[in-house]
Amino acid sequence: MRTISIDPVTRLEGHGKIDIFLTDEGEVAETYLQIPELRGFEKFCEGRPVEELPRIVTRICGVCPEAHHMASAKACDAVYHVDPPPTAKKLRELLYSAFFAGDHTLHFYALGGPDFVVGPTAPAAERNILGVIAKVGLEVGQKVIQQRAGAQEVVKILGGKAIHPVTSLPGGVSKGLTEPERARIEELATGFVDFAAFTLQLFEDVVLKNAQYLELIRGEVYRQSVYSMGTVDANGHVNFYDGQVRVVDPSGKEFATFAPRDYLQHLAEHIEPWTYLKYPYLKKVGWQGFEDGPGSGIYRATPLSRLNVANGMATPRAQEAYGRMFGTLGGRPVHATLATHWARVIELMYAAERTLELATDPEILGTDIRTLPTATPDEGVGCVEAPRGTLYHHYQTDQRGLVTKVNLIVGTTNNHAAISLAVKRAAKHLIAKGAVPDEGVLNMIEMAFRAFDPCFGCATHALPGRMPMEVRFRGPDGEVTRTIRRP
Amino acid sequence: MGKPKLAIYWAGSCGGCDVAILDIEAHLLDVAAAFDIVLWPAATDYKYHHVEAMEDGAIDLCLFNGAIRTSENAHLATLLRRKSQTLVAFGSCAIDGCVIGLANQFTREAILARAFTEAPSVDETRGTLPQMVTQVPEGELHLPEFLDRLRTLDQTVEVDYYIPGCPPQPKQIWGVLEHIVSGKPLPPKGAVLGAGDKTCCEECPRTRDEKKLRRFVRPHEIIPDANRCLLDQGIVCLGPATRSGCGALCTAVGMPCRGCYGPPPGSRDQGAKMVSALASVIASQDPVEIDQIIGTIDDLVGTLYRFSLAASPTRGVTG
Repeated sequence: MRTISIDPVTRLEGHGKIDIFLTDEGEVAETYLQIPELRGFEKFCEGRPVEELPRIVTRICGVCPEAHHMASAKACDAVYHVDPPPTAKKLRELLYSAFFAGDHTLHFYALGGPDFVVGPTAPAAERNILGVIAKVGLEVGQKVIQQRAGAQEVVKILGGKAIHPVTSLPGGVSKGLTEPERARIEELATGFVDFAAFTLQLFEDVVLKNAQYLELIRGEVYRQSVYSMGTVDANGHVNFYDGQVRVVDPSGKEFATFAPRDYLQHLAEHIEPWTYLKYPYLKKVGWQGFEDGPGSGIYRATPLSRLNVANGMATPRAQEAYGRMFGTLGGRPVHATLATHWARVIELMYAAERTLELATDPEILGTDIRTLPTATPDEGVGCVEAPRGTLYHHYQTDQRGLVTKVNLIVGTTNNHAAISLAVKRAAKHLIAKGAVPDEGVLNMIEMAFRAFDPCFGCATHALPGRMPMEVRFRGPDGEVTRTIRRP
Repeated sequence: MGKPKLAIYWAGSCGGCDVAILDIEAHLLDVAAAFDIVLWPAATDYKYHHVEAMEDGAIDLCLFNGAIRTSENAHLATLLRRKSQTLVAFGSCAIDGCVIGLANQFTREAILARAFTEAPSVDETRGTLPQMVTQVPEGELHLPEFLDRLRTLDQTVEVDYYIPGCPPQPKQIWGVLEHIVSGKPLPPKGAVLGAGDKTCCEECPRTRDEKKLRRFVRPHEIIPDANRCLLDQGIVCLGPATRSGCGALCTAVGMPCRGCYGPPPGSRDQGAKMVSALASVIASQDPVEIDQIIGTIDDLVGTLYRFSLAASPTRGVTG
């Protein structure tokens, strides 16, 4: 048996590694996605005053600290049985919406976009943000930098720090908004909406008008028929900050809708000894191994699955784009993994419109931003939609609010099994019997997991937006007989 | 002669240090113009064997972020030390262990047990622990070892300079790089770069008075005055025990400092430094009473050493 190792594919909390085992005939026997790192947050948060957790758990991820900050603050609200004033909730959601607008932008332009804008089998040296700029113009690059800087600025205004924000605490936020700050955010948010419209048009022109790309999106290589998960508001619309978690089955039928605090009734985690990351799945369906379909509890929690579970988008231009996507791809649910990029751009519009909506909300300048907790703290679950999936923080405390137990299910972890499946499927389709995969094939395998925007670290978020990859062919004695390296 | 070679590496970290480097924005182009970037997992292609193939000392400057949490992290630290002329511990994890150093209050077994045995969501595979080597039907799979305790970079290899912060602020990062790009000499080895030489209090806009405290409060328990010192209002704020350089970002938005820039000049023990600061605001001259009042602070170790437990004199190893 021969092995192809893709090491490192970069990280979640460290590096990721994919091993593809080939039979002697050169067919894919099995693939393994390994996450070789652990830091132990679930243990070392014990004993801390629970109100400190929103400032500790941000260090789970420096790319999406806002998501952990929010989920943690909401878990703290629940632990103290305290309801933040409406202005406080809106300020948190305003920060969070701006964060989403920046994060989705970076993924689309630096990571996912190059495969389409420049081409999936284009030379690797061009398949990056610089290649995107070369193809669609320098002013686009400037817009991307502006959009990202603008999002960081909003997070800093509201959260104190652009990386690892600090202002959310049990019962509200520590900082209100002044009128000059609000006006500045409104100005930036207006730019976000224009930029999102530009991006949707770019997707239309470059991807959808290219029959080959559309075929790639619709094709079998990247099809994955699994359950979908996402958070919806009272109207069944996509919401990032708050709501009920809804799950639909592979046929699109509602399977469950639950309050995040009941997550343990719906989710369980499988462990394999060869990776530090667990595999969440739907408890009531069960773990059947790395299989798709309605009989397997594997689900995905991504921009695409959020749109799959929702009746629509809460803002007008995002709603229009939502209708266009499902109209083009044959209705809900869509199982084309690559359509996740389209869904992400639609969510970018929602995030931009929501930022503007909240920046002009009459309540946003309110000064009642804290409710002081009075109840005895005990237990709580906080949940938000992180850009990469539903994020659950579950805390238990003693009567003084000192943490006794922590359980976390983070965005990318939800998709651990689905990503493994997607990689296996792409490898099986793309690595032909006996043929030696070339660099273009490797990229197309990589595209299967790139669509998830896996937070295997910032490599997926940074210039030039492609993951380093190397394939080593080993003989039966383990000796490397051939190496293909993607420059 | 070619451009100097720059390496940027992450070990056990969150990625925030790399994002902070991206946040220098347009100056990234200046960095790219001045340096030949030979290793930056966040932004460029890299492989360990490329680094291994370099001659010793081939890298002029290595910015190393992240703590030493796994055997793989330790291996890369040793490798990059050998290949780099100047090795910089970049950010709180590499310098002081950051919040992930709080794991040193627990044993490796307890940390693994929490995640893989006790977590309420794990199914009947409960108790399956990660293995360094696993036989699967198709062959063997390997994982790096989760070390018995977290180490800082200079507990692992010799370090030349330190750039503190969680993360280091982009302005400070560019300040250091600009200094190097311009060819100006660096201070003697061991120096802290990209930070001030006072305490965080010096940058804080809040006004201090001489109020003497009988008790401390937790941040969620009161709505503090917007202009007065948080410590004077009874909220434990690590400003007096923290190096300046961030611009007092947290206190400016009403939250107390937690010490991410590490201990100030002249101190390697942030907790001990903070205890002296606390003693000076307590309304008592009696050492026993002072200690009693300080002892009422919840999670004293995790508060005083929030970012520096792994670097503290005990290195956080308890029990």
